[in-house]
Amino acid sequence: MLTEIELRRITGSALAYSKADQTEVMITENDSALTRFANNEIHQNVAERDTTVLIRVVFGKKIGVATLNRADEAGVRMAVERANDLAQFQVENPDFKTLPPPGLATRVSGFHEGTADFSPEDRAWAAGIVLRKAKDAGLVAAGHVSTDIAQIAVANSLGVFQHHAYTESQINVVMMSDSSSGYAARLDGNAARLDPESAADEAVAKAVAGRSPRPLDPGRCEVVLESYAVCDMLDFLGYLGFGAQAVQEGRSFMAGHLGQKVLGGNITIWDDGLDPVGIPIPFDYEGVPRQRVNLVDQGVASGVAYDSFCAGKEGRESTGHALPAGQTFGPIPMHLHLAPGEASREDLIRSVRRGVLVTRFWYTRPVHPLSITVTGMTRDGTFLIENGEIVGPVHNLRFTQSYLDALRCVDGIGREPMLNKESFAYDLAPALKIGAWDFTGSTEY
Amino acid sequence: MKEYCERALNVAQLKGATYADVRIIAREVQGITVKNGQVQSLTHHESFGFGVRVLCNGAWGFAASATLSQPEIERTAALAVQLAKTAARTHLHPVDIGRPEKHVGRYRTPVKTDPFHVPLSDKITLLLHASETMQKVPGIAVAEAALELQKEEKTFASTEGSFIEQEIIETGCGIEATAVGENDVQNRSYPNSVGRHQGTEGWEFVERWDLLGNSGRIAEEAVALLTAKPCPPGVTTVILDGSQVALQVHESCGHAVELDRVLGTEAAFAGTSFLTTDKLAGFRYGSDAVSLTADATIPGGLGTFGFDDEGIPAQRWPLVDRGQFVGYLMSRETAAGLGLRSNGAMRADGWGRLPLIRMTNVNLEPGDWTLEDLIADTDDGILMQTNRSWSIDDKRLNFQFGTEIGWEIKNGKRGDMLKNPTYTGMTPAFWGSCDAVCNRDHWVIWGTPNCGKGQPEQVAHTGHGAAPARFRNLRVGLMR
Repeated sequence: MLTEIELRRITGSALAYSKADQTEVMITENDSALTRFANNEIHQNVAERDTTVLIRVVFGKKIGVATLNRADEAGVRMAVERANDLAQFQVENPDFKTLPPPGLATRVSGFHEGTADFSPEDRAWAAGIVLRKAKDAGLVAAGHVSTDIAQIAVANSLGVFQHHAYTESQINVVMMSDSSSGYAARLDGNAARLDPESAADEAVAKAVAGRSPRPLDPGRCEVVLESYAVCDMLDFLGYLGFGAQAVQEGRSFMAGHLGQKVLGGNITIWDDGLDPVGIPIPFDYEGVPRQRVNLVDQGVASGVAYDSFCAGKEGRESTGHALPAGQTFGPIPMHLHLAPGEASREDLIRSVRRGVLVTRFWYTRPVHPLSITVTGMTRDGTFLIENGEIVGPVHNLRFTQSYLDALRCVDGIGREPMLNKESFAYDLAPALKIGAWDFTGSTEY
Repeated sequence: MKEYCERALNVAQLKGATYADVRIIAREVQGITVKNGQVQSLTHHESFGFGVRVLCNGAWGFAASATLSQPEIERTAALAVQLAKTAARTHLHPVDIGRPEKHVGRYRTPVKTDPFHVPLSDKITLLLHASETMQKVPGIAVAEAALELQKEEKTFASTEGSFIEQEIIETGCGIEATAVGENDVQNRSYPNSVGRHQGTEGWEFVERWDLLGNSGRIAEEAVALLTAKPCPPGVTTVILDGSQVALQVHESCGHAVELDRVLGTEAAFAGTSFLTTDKLAGFRYGSDAVSLTADATIPGGLGTFGFDDEGIPAQRWPLVDRGQFVGYLMSRETAAGLGLRSNGAMRADGWGRLPLIRMTNVNLEPGDWTLEDLIADTDDGILMQTNRSWSIDDKRLNFQFGTEIGWEIKNGKRGDMLKNPTYTGMTPAFWGSCDAVCNRDHWVIWGTPNCGKGQPEQVAHTGHGAAPARFRNLRVGLMR
């Protein structure tokens, strides 16, 4: 990996070489490894080392972007020239104001030696614990153990230079019997804290309890969603609703409703890229320090995430939520938190008269963006609850449900939030008990 | 390149590999997105690197790097062997990849006009005009037009003597209009949704799809959808347009016949498949109207190439023959397990990822109908066009799809527009209810440039030849 001094030299060289009015350089490096297991053996064991150099040049209001995966002097110059060439063919974008000015990012520690030193043997050791527990329980395990050593540097011609190195590690486990499956996942900046034993135990328990599921007629009922499923809900709110571009274009449920109640009064959601409990990254892909943004405060729409472009359109400052230049989706919050409550998992289950306990969702897709109506399946542990007790496993169910409506009838919130990364965002969410959920179909297992 | 390949293979063998292959890849992607009359994104991405895959002690190892130098090749090849040896400690059965495969050859996507040679100004002008045409329609809030062009130069070599050079060129384009009403948002896309339609063709692909000529129509349809009737709930006959049939084929057939899924090696993420190996002996997948084929040789498809990423030549392979399930997409390893040879379906997302079984062009073979005759032959039903949402369970049985637009069919005629159409079903029953497929005049190889699979996740570009088709007794109108 390049040192911070080398990154300063390379970004400085690119800025000096560029003839544009404004120039931005972003360099990312990843040294990642993943050990994958299935059928109770390791079947894929991979490692990858890559670098990305992204150059954004601005001539007046004409912008060009080029990327290359070479961080040497010649590669960086080539990327600058390519971006310059593109910008000459651009048309002026009157909404563009400026690249962001320098800002002071909070120093956060995100680099863990426990991950950097996690060797192929360590990954095999972690996988081995899962495989042994699967065999002991008469189950078949599939999943992975992964590590990523990463760094990002962003510099621009207005004086921005930001650098952050961080690590990430994950284990995910699916345990299967001939009629059931169970799931568990752990995400941590420090691989030494991953605890494959607890993940395996959690997945084994679900798979054993889930044997011989029965069909359940779809319909509306109460649900208890484990935090894996709640994280899926946060992701959809994040990318369909909480970004300033979606609001400005009228595509978000937040549009025209800031200051108004949009979710239940017991729901508070914020984004915080600095929280050390997650995977903190103190600035965004433009080098703007990440701010904590209160998105929904006790049910009231209270804020959205900005990048410099969307902020410029409203004459305000970016909140530090830009994606890499060249993306067209606009800013997105990527460190979402849903405020925990006081209930234990058992309390949530006890509060259900007749409903379903859902471990996780699978293949969720938006059916309608404005209401955040989503369809998807339950997977890896779906259980019927009657009179406050789990009475047995049921076949996986399909739902077609507005996530907004669901978050308007939450009547129980777990006290133990869990860090998860279901798709692109780092989410910290507790389990929820929801009063009404629309199951619209079921499958055969 | 040959010297680098030989060095990687030599190091792998010296470290103990019994088999090794290496892929060196340079990928170039140009992307242009115009939004509301502004060029919002104009990008050029280049990525170069190599990946070494080895078999050692009966297990796989794979390592990749972006730095092509002798020391880095040696480090990477040695790391791949170390990873294989580590994996082998847990192995229950040594990997068998069947008999040796030696293939030497070259392949280049045939194009009339290299899309990278078309002036940027021409591309931008086309997209600006399409965006402006959509914006002129009152009620349109967002008008987007996009192009994506990709060129990949690949060198493959193996310790069995294969040496293959390929250049794959792809061209993709699309437009999308978003109408925002008081309490509703509606989209229309062309030629396909989720950004674009794509094929292994040159600039002629963009010219043929005529974005400009269709931009006014789709904008008007997006606005009309705001006040259209919702798709009513019930059970009815549905005619799906070709692009939606293509996605249905992708999700409920293409993924279901990937033999790695069937054998459980994708269970943790993508899932498994209901098409277990016992079903090869006579499982009825669909009606007699349903014949499905994997064909990597068909010109223009997004899953068309000369050789797969194990160096196996592109092939045409039956999957479903007149309703009967007959074949899988296979790798060397999975095919050997069934006593067969690979049918060339291993593909990786660039140099940094391990090849997996991926769809090539998985096609629904055309039938005899014209779309006009099919509608005229339908007393009561719904015509659904252009995918909006897609979801299917992890064994590829229970699915629910939504489309951007629907039309009532009453007494053989197209009637009122319907918004938010959805339908749901179970895969064998759904394909069993297919009683008509339109003919080759309606048949298009639709491109799906966003197929996710694997850990770390890989995105594959797949093709699906399909024509409009009719399905009986489908449950529709799932959205409240």
